[in-house]
Amino acid sequence: MDIQSFFQDVLNAFQWGSFYALIALGYTLVYGVLLLINFAHGDIFMVGAYIGFFVATFLLGTYAVHLPFHLPHLVIFVLTLVITMILTAGVGVTLERVAYRPLRRKGAGRLYIVITALMAGLILENGNLALLGASRKAFPTLIHDTVYTVAGVSFTNIRIVVILAALAVFLFLETIVRKTKIGMAMRAISFDRVAVPLMGIPIDTVIVFTFILGSSMAALAGVLFVSAYPVLEPYMGAMIGWKAFIAAVVGGIGDIRGAFIGGFLLGFIEIFVAAVFPSTFRDLISFGILLIFLSLKPTGIFGVARAQKI
Amino acid sequence: MPLLEFKQINHFFGGLQAVHNFNLTLESGELIGLIGPNGAGKTTIFNLMSGFYKPTQGDILFQENSITHLKPHQVTALGLARTFQNIRMWNSMTVLENLCISQHYRMGYSFMDAIFSTKTYHENEKAVVNLAMEILDILGLSSAANEYPKNLPYGLQRRVEIGRALTIKPSLLLLDEPAAGMNPSDIDKLIELIRWIRERFHLTIWLIEHQMKVVMSLCERLCVLDFGQIIAEGSPSDVKNNPRVISAYLGDEGADDAEN
Amino acid sequence: MRHYLSLILYLAVCLLIVVTFQQNWLNPYIQIVMMFIGINVMLSSSLNLINGYMGEFSCGHAGFMAVGAYAASLLNMGLFTTTSVFGHSIFIGPRYAVFLFPVTLIIAGVAAALVGLLVAIPSFKTRGDYLAIITLAVNYIVKSSIENIQVIGGARGFMGMRQVVTAMTDMIDIPWLMIWILAFIGISIVALKRFVGSTYGKGVIAIRDDEIAAEIMSVNTQRVKLIAFMLSSGIAGIAGGLFAHVLGYINPGTFTIMKSTEIMVMVYLGGMGSLSGSVMSAILFTVMLEFLRPLQLFKWVLIPLLLIVLMLFRPEGLMGNRELTDVFPRLRRLFSSREY
Repeated sequence: MDIQSFFQDVLNAFQWGSFYALIALGYTLVYGVLLLINFAHGDIFMVGAYIGFFVATFLLGTYAVHLPFHLPHLVIFVLTLVITMILTAGVGVTLERVAYRPLRRKGAGRLYIVITALMAGLILENGNLALLGASRKAFPTLIHDTVYTVAGVSFTNIRIVVILAALAVFLFLETIVRKTKIGMAMRAISFDRVAVPLMGIPIDTVIVFTFILGSSMAALAGVLFVSAYPVLEPYMGAMIGWKAFIAAVVGGIGDIRGAFIGGFLLGFIEIFVAAVFPSTFRDLISFGILLIFLSLKPTGIFGVARAQKI
Repeated sequence: MPLLEFKQINHFFGGLQAVHNFNLTLESGELIGLIGPNGAGKTTIFNLMSGFYKPTQGDILFQENSITHLKPHQVTALGLARTFQNIRMWNSMTVLENLCISQHYRMGYSFMDAIFSTKTYHENEKAVVNLAMEILDILGLSSAANEYPKNLPYGLQRRVEIGRALTIKPSLLLLDEPAAGMNPSDIDKLIELIRWIRERFHLTIWLIEHQMKVVMSLCERLCVLDFGQIIAEGSPSDVKNNPRVISAYLGDEGADDAEN
Repeated sequence: MRHYLSLILYLAVCLLIVVTFQQNWLNPYIQIVMMFIGINVMLSSSLNLINGYMGEFSCGHAGFMAVGAYAASLLNMGLFTTTSVFGHSIFIGPRYAVFLFPVTLIIAGVAAALVGLLVAIPSFKTRGDYLAIITLAVNYIVKSSIENIQVIGGARGFMGMRQVVTAMTDMIDIPWLMIWILAFIGISIVALKRFVGSTYGKGVIAIRDDEIAAEIMSVNTQRVKLIAFMLSSGIAGIAGGLFAHVLGYINPGTFTIMKSTEIMVMVYLGGMGSLSGSVMSAILFTVMLEFLRPLQLFKWVLIPLLLIVLMLFRPEGLMGNRELTDVFPRLRRLFSSREY
């Protein structure tokens, strides 16, 4: 492997790592607060991508109605991102309200909520398939690929945007969770969900906020993903969702740094494995890593084991 | 021959030293108490003995064999049974089933015997149920055999848990705060019960307890733990007047008052 | 006499089913649905051992089914036909199919049980959500491995199991597949019932209720888990082997998380920790799936929705953790197992 293709791979790995990290965040945020693995999150990413598609084509005037004005593509791209994030956050919150909260109120066991999450994911996938059909959709080109070449390593502007977005999100969330009042409430709830409401913290508001954060990050990842790989299909969220979940677990689920480190780690492993083995081995190896990791260190890199008391 | 020996046990949780140079020898037939303020490391000692924690340093001998590296179920199989600070019964099964499952280590059949319903299986199953019923009878619990543990009054649940420990046919019984959460009349019954099972089963009993009434009326020897270290050992009356014990419980001022 | 009543009843029902099959009183479609019901009974009751009795959340049961399906198919094709990946190397001729078919199924079960170790060994240290992920990973690993082995068809799949069935019916013309399905249902239900009914097997329930107490009260939790996982995945493997022969064609895409979900729905519909619940819900669910067939894609919106509603309003399933004999105590007099 020459040095140029090595750097090419590194860049590639960073891009995939960014996608994984952005989605892994959603898993980790919800788990951090509710100790719930939100198995529907990968499908929230898919929903985000579809919403992005509809918003973008609407703003371009190629879908449903013809707008009387023309916006520059960059403006459409930014608008699409913002609107999609808001709408997808709405989907995430709806899911919380309709599926998880009633169960929580009833004091149902965590198992039941996990099953519900898994089923909600299936409903999103198959509902989409049933409503929109199996045909793939192509995301419109909003940012034209500009290829830069530095010292033989070529990269596109989208790739740079993706990596920068992931880093920005990381800093943003770290600040929220560490520095703001609501961030403190989020951390407090994961420690003791009974005591926190007694201290006057509106627990449902905090949970909704968590879902807003997680879902909008998934939407961001969705729009960026289809900008880089402009194909939409109902099952697009399943595999990447699982991969992101692996990233979250490897990093230590519940920890934001863990989601990022895990995401990039998985990105690197996958890209460099694909350089050696046939690409069909990618999934096999990712899940193999998960299996080994969970058997040896179930709490992940940053996770802390909860002590069992007798 | 000592029944149980702790040799220079040190145990760390991360950087925190929970047990500090713990040495203790238990003779067969003793009834000894382990007391100390909350967080002194009493339950940790029991957990080390059960094999639930592995000591960072040191060795634990039971009947002169090291049990330090055994798994909990192996330790129990040697005849070292215990109860828990918070009652831990298997609540979806009846009292009788609870007392059967605890005999797992001497289940003389394999799962193949169970599946093929062999003679070995039926004989062993009968023996297991018989022993469980016998112990329930002895403890006056035979009417509760088909109840679910969580439906029993608290005092009875404690009794059932002690019964479950007895099905192990232990030579050493560890009781972790048996009187916790009991009212005075329950406590009197409990003291009677512990005395009685000790005679009946020729047991060595080691108990952790905060209720001074229980400790003082039962134990022949007391061992006081503070910050993972033994600070006093001896007969209950000696310990009661030991200034270090008083200061551990009441702070230094209390110790001064007691001396004056 | 009374002790054998349930056995006699079961044999009578089996005989009735076999005769209706033999006489072709039912159309082929209904016959196939009945065979799927039988396979689903095995799948749901074996998963119930883990998800119900042990209280873990295994969501990769289809993976073990896949192992069994491929193992049985490959073995049977190799032994009794000349069209398989083995060529002539292990070919012994179609006339042995009648005798060796159940043996190959059991070998398939053992193969699946060995793959079950992939879940059983991590389960010593991990539980709950994390173990659920491991089961899922194993499901994907099995599927992905099969996809990468081109000799057995890779992602395209593998077919020709009809020849094995034909080899059997050529010898003696009776509905062999249904007979073996009924036989293995009987064996697996009896095995599961006796296992969870024995004090040894109740260790599984003790682990669900309080694992720490179980380990400290002398239950060898690792061994109990090992047995439970291997028993469960082994039965799933046998069911997979039968499934492959009913279908006559398998590909890795059949054994996805969707298939695992189907089995899970049956377990939770029937009630965790109730074998009779699992049997009833397998029958109910398979029939319902067939009725929902006209809905096509919406079927897969409806089924998850059904489970969500179930979780919300009757999380304990149809039966809870009770058996039929608990709901109708009179039945117990008929089907009394030995009491001590």
